[in-house]
Amino acid sequence: MNPGREETLTTDGAPRPDTTPPAIRLVGVSKHFGPVKANRSIDLSVRPGSIHGLLGENGAGKSTLMKILFGMMRPDAGRIEIGGRPVAFRSSADALSAGIGMVQQHFSLIGKLTVVENLILGRAATGFVGRWLRPLDLESARRRAIELSERLGFGIDPMARCETLSVSARQKVEILKALWGGVTTLVLDEPTAALSPPDAEELYALLQNLQRQGTTIVLISHKMPEIMRLCDRVTVLRDGAVAGEADVPRTFADPAERHALEAKLVRLMIGRNRPEVPSRSSHIWPSVLSVRQLSDGERFGPIDLDVRGGEILAVVGVEGNGQAQFVELLMGLRPAAGGSITLDGRNVTGMSTLNRFQSGIAHIPEDRHNLAVADAMSIVDNASIGFVDGAPFAPTPFWLSRRRRARFAAGIVRRHKVRAASIEGPVTSLSGGNQQKLVVGRELSRAPRLMIAAQPTRGLDIGSTAAVHEALIGLRDRGGGVLLLSLDLTEVFTIADRIVVLRQGCIVGETTTAEADIDRIGSWMSGVEQEARP
Amino acid sequence: MTIDSLPTAAPIAAASTGRRQARMDPAIMAETLRGETGVAAAGNMGLLPRLVAHFHALSGSLGGQVLTFTLTIAAALLASMPMIWIGGSDLWRTAGALFGGALGSGPAIAETLVQMVPLLIAGLAVAVAFHASLFNIGVEGQLVFGGLVAGIVGASLDLPPTLLMVVCILAGMAGGALFALIPALLKAYRGAHEVVTTIMMNFVAVAIYEYAVSPTGPFVAADQPSATERVPDGARLPIIWEGTRLHAGLPVALAAVIVVMWVLYRTPAGFRLRLMGANQGAARASGVSIARVTILAMLASGALAGLAGAVQVLGVFGRFYAAFSPGYGFDAIAVALLGALSPVGVIASAFFFAVLHAGSVPLQAVAGISREMVGVVSGLVVAFVAAQPAALRLLSALRRRYAGAAQQVGQADTEASK
Amino acid sequence: MSNLLTISLVISALHLALPILMPMLGGLISERSGVMNIGLEGMMLIGAFGAVLVTYFTGNPWLGIVGALVSGVFSGSLLALMTVTLRGDQVVASAAINLIGAGLTAALIPVIWNVDGLTPSVAKIPNIRVPFLADLPYVGRIFSSLGLVDYACLALVVLVWWVLFRTDAGLRIRACGESAESADAAGIPVVRTRFFAVVASGVFGALGGAYLSIVTLDMFQASMTQGRGFLALAAMVFGKWRVWPAALACIAFGFADAIALRTQILWRDIPHELLIALPYVLALLALATFVGRASGPAGVGKPFARA
Repeated sequence: MNPGREETLTTDGAPRPDTTPPAIRLVGVSKHFGPVKANRSIDLSVRPGSIHGLLGENGAGKSTLMKILFGMMRPDAGRIEIGGRPVAFRSSADALSAGIGMVQQHFSLIGKLTVVENLILGRAATGFVGRWLRPLDLESARRRAIELSERLGFGIDPMARCETLSVSARQKVEILKALWGGVTTLVLDEPTAALSPPDAEELYALLQNLQRQGTTIVLISHKMPEIMRLCDRVTVLRDGAVAGEADVPRTFADPAERHALEAKLVRLMIGRNRPEVPSRSSHIWPSVLSVRQLSDGERFGPIDLDVRGGEILAVVGVEGNGQAQFVELLMGLRPAAGGSITLDGRNVTGMSTLNRFQSGIAHIPEDRHNLAVADAMSIVDNASIGFVDGAPFAPTPFWLSRRRRARFAAGIVRRHKVRAASIEGPVTSLSGGNQQKLVVGRELSRAPRLMIAAQPTRGLDIGSTAAVHEALIGLRDRGGGVLLLSLDLTEVFTIADRIVVLRQGCIVGETTTAEADIDRIGSWMSGVEQEARP
Repeated sequence: MTIDSLPTAAPIAAASTGRRQARMDPAIMAETLRGETGVAAAGNMGLLPRLVAHFHALSGSLGGQVLTFTLTIAAALLASMPMIWIGGSDLWRTAGALFGGALGSGPAIAETLVQMVPLLIAGLAVAVAFHASLFNIGVEGQLVFGGLVAGIVGASLDLPPTLLMVVCILAGMAGGALFALIPALLKAYRGAHEVVTTIMMNFVAVAIYEYAVSPTGPFVAADQPSATERVPDGARLPIIWEGTRLHAGLPVALAAVIVVMWVLYRTPAGFRLRLMGANQGAARASGVSIARVTILAMLASGALAGLAGAVQVLGVFGRFYAAFSPGYGFDAIAVALLGALSPVGVIASAFFFAVLHAGSVPLQAVAGISREMVGVVSGLVVAFVAAQPAALRLLSALRRRYAGAAQQVGQADTEASK
Repeated sequence: MSNLLTISLVISALHLALPILMPMLGGLISERSGVMNIGLEGMMLIGAFGAVLVTYFTGNPWLGIVGALVSGVFSGSLLALMTVTLRGDQVVASAAINLIGAGLTAALIPVIWNVDGLTPSVAKIPNIRVPFLADLPYVGRIFSSLGLVDYACLALVVLVWWVLFRTDAGLRIRACGESAESADAAGIPVVRTRFFAVVASGVFGALGGAYLSIVTLDMFQASMTQGRGFLALAAMVFGKWRVWPAALACIAFGFADAIALRTQILWRDIPHELLIALPYVLALLALATFVGRASGPAGVGKPFARA
C-alpha cells in the first residue's frame, strides 16, 4: 500500500504498519523554474491524524512543494494522492474541496476586506454566474465565524478590517480561513516566523488540539525546536530533494537520544554539521550612534539607544512593532518629531538621506526587491545607487563616468564573490543571494561607521547567509557599528553582541547575547500582559 | 588596540568640505580610479567599435532591438490589412502609393523628413517621461501650447531676427514646460495620476488656443482666421534643402536626440531619473527626492513637447494655426514605445511614422484609404508593444522546449551509443 | 422664470452626466478587479460608432444598443486579451485602445458612408416617458424630461453597486483588485474574473458612447466623445473608487458642462471657447484642492501570473 516509504531513509524504529491510506501522498513530484530545479522527484507520505514536519533551509523547496499540493502551481512531473485517490488540482479551489487547507507563509488576507469577507472569499459554488450573483449572506457567515472562533478560543471580531489586526490575530484569521470549509488536512508554512514566542506557544497548543480532533497537519518549518516538539514524523528537504525522513518519538528515554536525532536532522538539512558560532566582538569602542528620545510623533518612540564601535547590536521584536519606522528615521526617510540622532558625535537629526550617507551611515534595506535594487537596470547601475552625487562617478553635474562605475561594480563582484555572467547585464540575471551580496558590497563601499542591516539574510540560502554574516562581522572587527534588525532569533544569537527588544515602537528590554535568555526575550517581545499568563 | 587606532574611514572629511565627492572607502576609490592618469584607459578601440559598444550597453542587445522593431511594425501593418481590403484596394497598390508617396523622389523624402521632425522631438518628450515611469499623454497639449506661445512671441516681439528665433524656441519650450508643470506638481504633491491630469490639460490647451485665435480673440491675425500674425521671415527656421519645405528643425531634432541620450545615460540627473523610473522605493532609499525628480522629468518632457510645437510653427507654417498638429503628441506615444524608449530607436520609429504620414495623402488619393489609418496603425503598434512581454515569454518558452528536446535527443544518442 | 431656469439646468446637467456616468461604472469595475483602464475614451468611440452603424443598416435604434453592446464586448475583450491574458502593461495597452478607437472609427466613416468626419442621421432612441412621475409638482418636469433610457442608466448605477458590494461576484472582483495572489490562494480564478471585469468595462464604455450617438444626437462624428472617457476616470478617482461618490462627481461634471452651455447662450461676452474647458479645469482644481491623496485598489496595474 505504501511503496513510497521504501525509497526513503528511515531511522529510529521501523515504520508502523499502516492499514489506512496516507492522508497525502506525493510521488515523484518535480518542478523547475527555468534552470532552477525547485523540486526534484519528491516522495512524501503523510499519515492521517499525524503532525508531519517538513524541515529544510530557505530555498530547499518546501514552499514550492506545498504550493503544488495546494493547487497554486502545477508540477512538471509526478502525482498527488489524497486519501489514496489520485487528484489533479487546477487551482486552490480544487484543493479546498478535497479537504486541504493552507496557511501561507506570507499572509494571504486582504487588508481592505473584513475578517468575514476574507473567510467567505471564494467559497461560494464556482463556475455559474447565477450563483455568484446571489446576495452575500454576511450575517450567517458572521455567526459562523464567531462560533468557530470561540471553539478555537480566538476571540476575533469578525467585522474588523484585516489591516487593523495585529500580526498574531491575522495569523488566527488565516487559520480560521483554512479551517472554514471543514478541512481534514491543514498545511502551515512557517507559521511562527512572525510570531513572538508566547504567541507561538499558543499556536502550538492549538495545533495539538486540532490534531486531537482528528485533523492531519503538515508543518513546514526550519526551526528545529518546534519540529521536535510537535511532529510525529519529519521529512527533510535539501536542494529540492528529500534528504531523509525520521519518526520523532513523543518522549525520549534520555536527552542524548534527543540530541542525536537533532544533530542528524541538522546534518540532513544543511548537508554538514551546524556551522561554528563566529567569535564575539573582541573590543568595544565608544558609541558610533547615539539616539536620544527619538520619536516620529505617531507610533514610534521615544527611544534611547547606543550602538558602539565594534559591536553588532540586534533589534528584535515581532514584525510591525516599529522596526520599519526606526530605520526610516535613522535614514532620514521619515521626519523625526522629537529627539536627536548623533553619529560619531555629530548631530545628523535634520540631515537629508544623502548627507547621512556622507556622514557614514550605510543601509541594507529590509525589502531588497522594493528598496535596494532596481530590476530594470544593469548590475553596474545598481552598484552605483547612492554614489552618483559628486566624484568619483560624477565630478560635474554634466558627466557620469561609465568606466569608473564599471570598474567599481567589477570590484564589488570580485570581492564579494557575486556570481554574474556580465556586469552590463540586468540585475535580475543574478540570483537573490547574489543580488544581496551586491547590495552588501555596495553599502560596505561607503566606508560606513554605522551599518543598518534590516533582515539582511531573509530568504537567502546558507551560503549567501554566511557571506552576509561574514561581511557584517568584518565591519564590526574593523571598528564599525552594526545595527541588525532581525526577526530570526537564531541569526541574532549567532552574530549579535547585544540585543534590544522593540515593542510598540519602544525599547522594552536589553541584554547582552551572552546573558540572553530566550524566554525573557520572548516575554519582552509580547509584552508583560502575556508574561503574566499561566 | 586603543581608540587612536580606530579606523575612522578617511572620506568623512568630504562631507564637510562641500558635496563634490561621494563618500567611498579609500582603497575602493583608489581601485576605481586606477590607471586613469590620461585617456590611456580608453584603450586602442577605434571610434566606431566604441560607439557600437556604447549603444550596445545603452540598449541591451542591438540586434534584438532591431528585430523587435521590425516585427512590431510588420505585425501592426499585417493587422491593418483588413482595412485595406475593406477600402477596396490591394496590397501592391497600397504599398506603391504609400512608399512612392513618401520616398519616391527627392522632394517626397524631404516632405517625409519634415513630417519626421515633430514626431521625433515629441517622441523624445514621451520617452523621457517614460524613463521616469511617468506616462505623459499630455504631450499633445504641451506641444500646441508651446507652438502658440512661440507664434505669439514671434509675432509680437521686436528683436533682431536670429535672436527672435532663439527667443521663440525658448518661449515655446517654456510654454510646454509650464503646461507640464501643473500635472507634475499634482503628481508630486497630491499623488494625482499624471495620465488623468495631462489629458485634462490637453483639453485646456485646446480651449486656450481656440480662444486666443477666435474671431474676437486677442492674438488672431488680421488676414487669416484661426491663426496668429506671421513671424518675420528672418526669425523662421531656415530651409536646409532648397526647393522643399525641409527646415533646420531636423538638425535641431537630431541635436535633441544627442542631448537626451547624454542626459539620460551620462549625467547624475539622468541616472536619478532612470532609477526613479525603475524603482521608486530604491530611489527614495538612496536619497533621491521623488517629488523633485518627478517635476524635473515632467518639465523636461514638456519642454521637448514645446520645442516640437515651436519648431513646427517656426519651420513649417511661419505662424501658429489652430489645429496645426494632426495629433503629433498622440502619435508620439507610439513613436516612443516603438523606439523602445531609446533615443536612437526613436529616430527609427519617428521615420517610420513620418513615412505613414507623408504617404497617407497619396494613399487616400490613389488607394482610397483614409488618412485616419495612420491613427489605427499607431494604435496597433502601441498594442503590439504592450503585448511584447508575452511574445518574449512565448519565445523563451519555445526556446526552452527546443533546448530540452535537443538535450533529450543528445541523451538518447549517448545512451544508444553505449 | 429663474425657477424654470434652474430646473432646466438640472435636466440638462443630468443628460450631460449620463454619458460620463456609464464609462465611470466601466472604469470602476475594471479597476476594482485590478486592471487600470484609461482606454474608456476609445471604448466609448467604438460603442458610439457600433450603435450608429447598426441603427443605420437596420433602422432600429434599439438594435443599435445591441450593436453598442457587441462593440463594447469587442473592445473590452481586446483590452483584456492584452492586459489580462498576455499580461501587457495596462496603461500602454489601454492607450492603444484609445488610439485604435479614434483611428478606426474615423477611418471607417468614409469607407462606409463615403463622407468624411460625420455620418448621416440615423433614428434616435425615442424618449419614452414614464407616467405618474411626470405629474408630480415642481420635480415633475425633471421626471418628465427623463426617458426610459435615462432611468435604465440610473438603474445600472444601482446594479453595479449591488453586484460589487453585495454579491459574491463583487467580492471576488474586489479581492482580485486588492491582491491577485491572495485571491488565487482563496481559489478564485483571477484571470477569468479580471477578463470578465474588463469586458464589462468595455460594455459600459460603449453604452456611454451609444448614449451620445443615438440618444443625445442621431449620428456619429469623429472624436465626438470629447474626453468624456477621461472625465469618467477622473470622477472615479474623486469618488475614491466608490460607486455613489463617483456618480456624484459625474453629475458635478454634468453641471459644469450645463453651466458652460447656458452661460454661452446667456452671456455672449464671456468667451465660450474657454467655458468649454470648464469641466476639465474643475477636475484639475478638485485634484489640486479638496481631493486627498487618492489611492486605488492595491492590485491595480499588477499583472497576475502563476508560476
